[in-house]
Amino acid sequence: MPAKAKEFGVAEPLSSPAAAAGAEVSIRGLAHHYGDLQTIDGIDLEAPSHSVLGLVGPSGCGKSTLLELIAGLQEPTAGEIALGAASAARDRLSRCAFMPQRDLLLPWLSAIDNAALALRNRGMRRGEARREAGRLFGRFGLDGFERARPAELSGGMRQRVAFLRTLVAGKPVVALDEPFAALDAITRAEMQQWLAAALDADPRTVVLVTHDVEEALYLCDRVAVLSARPARVVDELSAPAPRVAERDDAVTDPEFVAVRERALRALHEGMR
Amino acid sequence: MRRWLLPTLLLAALVGAWQLAASSGALANLLDLPPILVPSPIEVGEALSEQRHLYAENAWATLREILLGLAIALAVGVAAGLAMHLSKVARDTLSPLIVASQAVPIVVIAPILVIWFGYGIWPKAAVVALICFFPIALGVLSGLASADPAATKMMRTLDATRGQILWRVESPGALPSFFTGAKIAVVIAPIGAVFGEWVGSNQGLGRAIIYDNAQLQAAGLFADVVVLAAMALALYGLLALAERRVVTWR
Repeated sequence: MPAKAKEFGVAEPLSSPAAAAGAEVSIRGLAHHYGDLQTIDGIDLEAPSHSVLGLVGPSGCGKSTLLELIAGLQEPTAGEIALGAASAARDRLSRCAFMPQRDLLLPWLSAIDNAALALRNRGMRRGEARREAGRLFGRFGLDGFERARPAELSGGMRQRVAFLRTLVAGKPVVALDEPFAALDAITRAEMQQWLAAALDADPRTVVLVTHDVEEALYLCDRVAVLSARPARVVDELSAPAPRVAERDDAVTDPEFVAVRERALRALHEGMR
Repeated sequence: MRRWLLPTLLLAALVGAWQLAASSGALANLLDLPPILVPSPIEVGEALSEQRHLYAENAWATLREILLGLAIALAVGVAAGLAMHLSKVARDTLSPLIVASQAVPIVVIAPILVIWFGYGIWPKAAVVALICFFPIALGVLSGLASADPAATKMMRTLDATRGQILWRVESPGALPSFFTGAKIAVVIAPIGAVFGEWVGSNQGLGRAIIYDNAQLQAAGLFADVVVLAAMALALYGLLALAERRVVTWR
């Protein structure tokens, strides 16, 4: 564990050997049906420990279903998903924290109590859970907003609290379902840069679903382009410079633009 | 300010118009009745103040029946709502019975309750409970069911047990709907108490209504109704206040 991550404050749960070892995600021959409707058709994907894997695809292609399968909220019809050594849905659920599309902060809880939900669910006392979660508020630009209700926070702040809640859970794998889709373009760009810094300070294995190719190529190490339903992998790309400090420079770099063109072509191909 | 001013002005205008129409005899003429049967608001007020001890006594008797009935309705309604939310078997078993219980007219059921529970407070409380538990149970059930399924999934990945999801997500989310049901309950509760008293009672506003009616005491009759309405309004106000204290996130 790098010193930076320790300083970041959420290192303890990760630094336990069980969590550090086996944070890789491995998907083999995955298929899924809802009744007669086939949503996923034979997907193989790998994400090494502490890497960020992006899933891009047209709307309704089964990206969210794939994420729920990874998180252990559902069982696949065929194939296998393993998070480290955990392959049963129950075990996946205990190794993966899930950040849904909307922030889903509970409006009756303060920001800090929302962030501390996982700790409270595990039986930690309220005061201790607040102290634990509160250590991260400064780092997340949320200083002084611990007691604020979600309704008093801006969209970007709510999203940061939601991500904090996911990190505080201390799970080796994090599944993000279009985390910034509800934000305006400027806030979204800021949040992408912020998430890049947060992930470098506190590495996790991340599976990120998005419909935004640029977002995927900026935040992820590898990006899988999925086809329209039933989803299969059309193309897999490596991002040229994942999570560099200056997002604006990164996304206008010729190499980045070239990879983005290839991703968009694959996306069009997959929609046919 | 406007929230109080406008209803107060409307009420004052209505009472004023009624005062004019009644004291001038115009209303009695119009209805073709002797003026004694069409009391003015001032006469109703006089009846109230002359016999204030009697009204207070009757109001207290009826209020006790209402509060006891509401307490039972609350316990049974919340328990039924919870059970139906948590178990499909309970939902399938209970919901037809609960709907049927509301289809039985109270006038029919009240005498039976008097036979079963005797002459005291219990048959009245039972009638109140019978009509009040339905909106409460329905409010609890629909409130619990309104929880966002995505929030439930999110909680599951944060290691929440079924009980923790119920306590931290579904129950707080159900509070506004619960309060809506409870507000309906407190407003219809006096109706239940009055029906209960009509079947057999020696005190309470319902009995006073029967008595004043038999004696053609129109002013007293109006006074009974005014006290009953004031009681329902006060209960509703208390509940609205409680809701504002509890549901602070809206």
